[in-house]
Amino acid sequence: MIPSAFDYTRATSVEEAVKLLQAAGGEAKLLAGGHSLLPMMKIKLTSPGKLIDIGRIKELSGIRKEGNRLVVGALTTHRQVAADPLVRKYAPVLAEAASQIGDIQVRNRGTVGGNLAHADPASDLPAVALALEAEFEVQGPDGKETLDAGGFFLGPLITALPENSILTSVSFAIPPEGAKSTYLKYPHPASGYAVVGVAAVVSTGPDGMVNDARIGITGVADTAYRAEEAERALVGKKLSEQTILEVAALASEGQEMASDLFASAEYRRHLTRVYTIRALKRLLI
Amino acid sequence: MPNVFGTPLKRREDPRLITGKGNFTDDIQLPGMLYMAVLRSPHAHARIKRIDVSAARQVPGVVAVYTGKDLEGKMGTIPTAWLVPDSDIKTPPHHALAVDQVRYVGDGIALVVAEDRYTVRDALELIDVEYEELPPVVNQEEAMKDGAPQLHEGVPNNIAFHWKAGEVPDEVFDRAEVVIRRRFYQQRLIPNPMETRAAVAQYNPSSGEMTIWCTSQNPHIHRFILSGVLGIPETKLQVVAPDVGGGFGCKIAVYPDEALVGYVARDLRRPVKWTEDRREHFTTTTHGRDMILDVELAGKRDGTLTALRIKNTANLGAYLSTAAPGVPTILFGLIAPGPYKIPKAAVEVIGVLTNTTPTDAYRGAGRPEATYQIERMIDLFADEIGMDPLEIRRKNLIREDEFPFDNALGLQYDSGNYHRALNKALEMINYDQFRKEQEEARKKGRYLGIGFSTYVEICGLGPSKVAGAVGFQGGLWESATVRVHPSGKISVFTGASPHGQGEETTFAQIVSQKLGVPVEDIEIVHGDTNRISMGWGTYGSRTTPVGGSAIAIACDRVLEKAKKIAAHALEVSESDLDFEDGAFQVQGVPGKKITFQEVTLQAYLAWNLPEGVEPSLEAQSFYDPANFVYPFGTHICILEVDGETGEVKLKKYVAVDDPGPVINPMVAEGQVHGGIVQGIGQALWEGAVYDENGQLISGTFMDYAMPKARFFPAFETAFTETPSPVNPLGVKGIGETGTIASTPAVVNAVVDALKPFGVKDLDMPLTPEKVWKAMQKGRREA
Ligand SMILES: Cc1cc2nc3c(=O)[nH]c(=O)nc-3n(C[C@H](O)[C@H](O)[C@H](O)COP(=O)(O)OP(=O)(O)OC[C@H]3O[C@@H](n4cnc5c(N)ncnc54)[C@H](O)[C@@H]3O)c2cc1C
Repeated sequence: MIPSAFDYTRATSVEEAVKLLQAAGGEAKLLAGGHSLLPMMKIKLTSPGKLIDIGRIKELSGIRKEGNRLVVGALTTHRQVAADPLVRKYAPVLAEAASQIGDIQVRNRGTVGGNLAHADPASDLPAVALALEAEFEVQGPDGKETLDAGGFFLGPLITALPENSILTSVSFAIPPEGAKSTYLKYPHPASGYAVVGVAAVVSTGPDGMVNDARIGITGVADTAYRAEEAERALVGKKLSEQTILEVAALASEGQEMASDLFASAEYRRHLTRVYTIRALKRLLI
Repeated sequence: MPNVFGTPLKRREDPRLITGKGNFTDDIQLPGMLYMAVLRSPHAHARIKRIDVSAARQVPGVVAVYTGKDLEGKMGTIPTAWLVPDSDIKTPPHHALAVDQVRYVGDGIALVVAEDRYTVRDALELIDVEYEELPPVVNQEEAMKDGAPQLHEGVPNNIAFHWKAGEVPDEVFDRAEVVIRRRFYQQRLIPNPMETRAAVAQYNPSSGEMTIWCTSQNPHIHRFILSGVLGIPETKLQVVAPDVGGGFGCKIAVYPDEALVGYVARDLRRPVKWTEDRREHFTTTTHGRDMILDVELAGKRDGTLTALRIKNTANLGAYLSTAAPGVPTILFGLIAPGPYKIPKAAVEVIGVLTNTTPTDAYRGAGRPEATYQIERMIDLFADEIGMDPLEIRRKNLIREDEFPFDNALGLQYDSGNYHRALNKALEMINYDQFRKEQEEARKKGRYLGIGFSTYVEICGLGPSKVAGAVGFQGGLWESATVRVHPSGKISVFTGASPHGQGEETTFAQIVSQKLGVPVEDIEIVHGDTNRISMGWGTYGSRTTPVGGSAIAIACDRVLEKAKKIAAHALEVSESDLDFEDGAFQVQGVPGKKITFQEVTLQAYLAWNLPEGVEPSLEAQSFYDPANFVYPFGTHICILEVDGETGEVKLKKYVAVDDPGPVINPMVAEGQVHGGIVQGIGQALWEGAVYDENGQLISGTFMDYAMPKARFFPAFETAFTETPSPVNPLGVKGIGETGTIASTPAVVNAVVDALKPFGVKDLDMPLTPEKVWKAMQKGRREA
C-alpha cells in the first residue's frame, strides 16, 4: 500500500497547472483532495509519474450565486458545500448529497471537482450534477470551455474532460421556486459509496401538475445517468403515490445494471425502482 | 480503602493510547535499522520454475534479497502447535518462504531488505518469477474428492486429519419422533485488528542475543517456537509484545514473517523491521471460521431433545497454522450441545487443506460455530413441533440445581443459573407485547423479528492436563509475580499478554482489593519474556480466570508473609490480626496496628524479621486451573426486515451475560459491546470470498464490510454473577461472549421476521439481496 515513486509539483495558478500538465506529456495527474487518487495509487491501480497539486489554488475554491445558477469552485470541499447557506437555500439537494459522502475526514478533504472529474460510478455527486443540469467550466491549453453534465460521464472513471484540462468550477441550475428535491442513498456497508443513489428534483405548476422532473441516478450502472423515461412520464401528471408507482419502473429503463459481490444486476434494477419510489414519495409532503 | 473490585474505573491504558502515545511495534526505531518486505504469490497454486532477483539486487538502497532456496536448511519450518489426539493428523512442512511450490495467494516467495520502506517495496516489484500454474482448489468438499488438486505430498485427498468425539447410534435417530437435519455454512471471516502485524529484530553478534518485538498475543509461545525455528536458545532470545492494537486471535499464531525478520537481522547483523500493509493482511494473516456443519438434532414432540450429531468439514487453508487443528475440534466439538440437556451427542471433524489463506482462531474460535448451530437447530426444532422458541429453551436448559453438569461429550460445566439470565433478559423486553406488535405489523406488510440466544461457552483455557490430553503442545497455566517495592509500590508481572482488553486496569483492581494499595501504586507488567518468567498469553478468554487468579494467589502469598512480619512487629500472634483498610489490626485493640506499607519497609530493611522469615516482599504463583470456566447468558435481538429491499434494521439488542463476579463493569461492558458487533458482523455483513482461481475477491475494505458504529442501536447490557468454583476469584471470561452469542440471536430474529415467507434458514451473511430473494421466493410460492 505504498505507491510507486512519483514527482510532485505544486501549481500556484490554473494557467501554471495547465502548462505543467502539457509539459508532462500524459504522465501527470492533478491532485486535489487526494481521496480518490491516493487510494488508487496505494493499490497501484494507477501509478502516475508526476502529481500536480492544485490544492492551494485559491481561485478554485468558493461558492457564489450567478443569476439562476449556483457556481461551486472545483476545490470546494464536500464539507463546505454541505454547510454553505447559499447551497442550503438554493440547491438543498446538493447539500443533502454532500453531507452523505464518506465520513467527516473524507468530507473535509474531498472536493466537488475531484469527485466529478474522477467519475466513480458509485459517487454521489454525479447524480446531483445531472439532476441540477450542471455545467462544467473547463480550462485547457486552448482556453476555457463549458461542458454539459449530460455528456460528461462517459464510463467508469471516464469523462469528456479534454486532455490537459482542469475543471475549474461547476455551476448548478437553481430549481424554480417551490420545486421539491431530495437525494436518497443506499450506502454500501463496506465502502459507504452508493449502491444506489437517487437525486430527484420536481416542480409543479399552478394546476398542481408536474411541469419539470429531473432524476439523476448513481451507483447502479457504468456511470450516473438521468432517468429520462421516468422524468417524461411524470410531466403533466399530479405527483401522487399512484403516479410514482407507475413511473418508478422506468427509472432503470434502457440501462445496463452493474453487478458485483454485494448486489447483482437484477437486485440493482429492483433497488433503483424502490429508491426512486422512496425518493419521489419524500417529495409528496 | 474503598472496595475497588466491582467498580467501573476508567481504563488506565486509555490516556496513553488515545493521545497517540502508545508504543506499537511499528513505532520502534533503532539505529541502522533496515526494512524488509516479502514478495507474495499472486497465484493460488503454482510451481516456481525460476526466480530472478538480479534487478532487485541492483536497486540503490537494497541490501539483500533472499529466496526460499537461499533459506532452505538454514532455518526450521513453521510448526503447528495443536496436534489433535487420536487422529491421523499430518503436518506438511510450512517453509517460511516457499521453496518450489506456492499454495495460496499470499504465500511468501522471496524477501528484500533495504535502507528504507519505500525502496524495499519498489525493489520487490523487480523480482521476476516464472510460475507454472497448477489447478487450485478452494472449497473443502471439493478438495477431498478424488482427482482434486493435491497441495502437499503425503496428505492424500488434502485431508489433514479426522477426529471424533462421542457416539450416537443410528437407531436413536431412526426411532426419534422428530429429527431436524440442516447444513450450515460458517463463512470465512477476516479478522481486522486496527494494527496490522509487524516485527522488529535486533541481533547482538558479540553476545549472540536477539530481541524480537512483534505483534503477539503470547510472546512466550513466540519465543518457544522461534527459538526452535531460528536455532537460538531461549536464554538468548527475548520476545517483546509492546502495545498491540488488537488481535482477535490472529496474533496468536507464529508466522513466517517474524522468523524471517529474526533470520535476516542475524544474517546481516543489523536491526530489521517488517510491517504488514492492509492488503497483505487480508491475504496472509490467518482467517477465521470456514466450516461446513451438517447437523442432526433428535427429540420428542413435547420438545425434549434427545440426541445431537454433527459432521464438521473444516477448511484449514494451505498450511496448518499454530492453533488451527484445535479450533474445529476441541473448541467447537465438545461444547456443541450448548446449555441444553441433550443426553447423547457425537461430533466428527474432517480438517481439510485448500489453496486459501490458513485459518486459525478468530474471536470465539470454535464456540461461535458451536453456539450458532445449536441455537439455530433449537429454533428449527421448535418451529417443527409448533413450540415457542422461548418455551423449548426453558424446557431444555440445564437447571441451577444440576451443576456441576456433565455434558454428553465429557465436559463438566462448572456453575450456572441459565434461567436467571434468561429471565433477566426478558425483563428488558416485553415479549408478549412484541408478539402482538409483530402480528399487527405483518398485517401492514412490515416484518419484525425476535431472536434468542441462550448460550454457554467454554473458556479460561485451561487445565494443563487437559491441554495435553487434547493435543495442545503447551501448558495452559499462568504465572504471576507480585513484587512489593520498599516504598510499598507494587509491580505485577503477568504471563498473560493483554492487547486492548483492559487488564492493566482490572488486574490492578484485583491487587488493590487484596492488598489495600491504591490502584495508582500498582503497575502491571506484561509482554516481555525477559521480565516475565513464563506465560501462555491472552486468548480463549483465559486472561482473567487464569492469569488473574495467579495474581490473586500471589497476593495471598504476599499477605501471608506480611502477616508474619506484622505479628512479629506488634508482638502478637498472627491469629490476633485482621487485615483491613491496608493495615494489620490487632483484634479488639483499636489503634494497635501496622500498615501494609510499614510492613513492606520492614521486610526490606530486614533489621528485625521473625525467625525463619527471609527479607523482601515478593511472591510468585504458577497457577494451573482445575477446570475450564463456562460463562453463559441470554442475548435477544429485535429487528425489522425491509419488505421491499431485504435490508435488516436492528431495533433493539439486549445482552445479559454471566462472567462470574465482575471486576470492572465498564471494562466488561466494553468487551460485550465489541463482541456483539463482531458477532453481528458475521451474521449480516462479513464474508471472505474466493473465486474459483483462488483469488480473494473481498480483499479490501471496499468489499469486505466491517461493522460500523452507525449500524447499531444502543446495546442494553446487564450481568448476572454466578461464581465459578474453579478459581479463587470465581471469575469466568467475558472477552468472547458477545461474539459467541450475538450471531445466532440476529439470524434467529431474521428468520423469525421472514416466517410469513416460509423461510426456514438462510446462509450468512444475510445480505439484503439474499433476504430479498428469499422473500421473493416466498411471495411466488404463496
Ligand atoms: C473512505 C472514503 C469514502 C468515500 N466515500 C464516498 C462516498 O460515499 N461518496 C462519494 O461520492 N465519494 C466518496 N469518496 C470519494 C471522495 O468524495 C473523494 O474526495 C472524491 O471522489 C474525489 O475528490 P478529491 O478532491 O479527493 O480528488 P482527488 O483524489 O485529488 O482526484 C481524483 C481524480 O480527479 C482528478 N481531478 C481532481 N480535481 C480535478 C480538477 N479540478 N480538474 C480535473 N481533474 C481533477 C484527479 O487528477 C484524479 O484523477 C470517498 C473517499 C474515501 C477515501
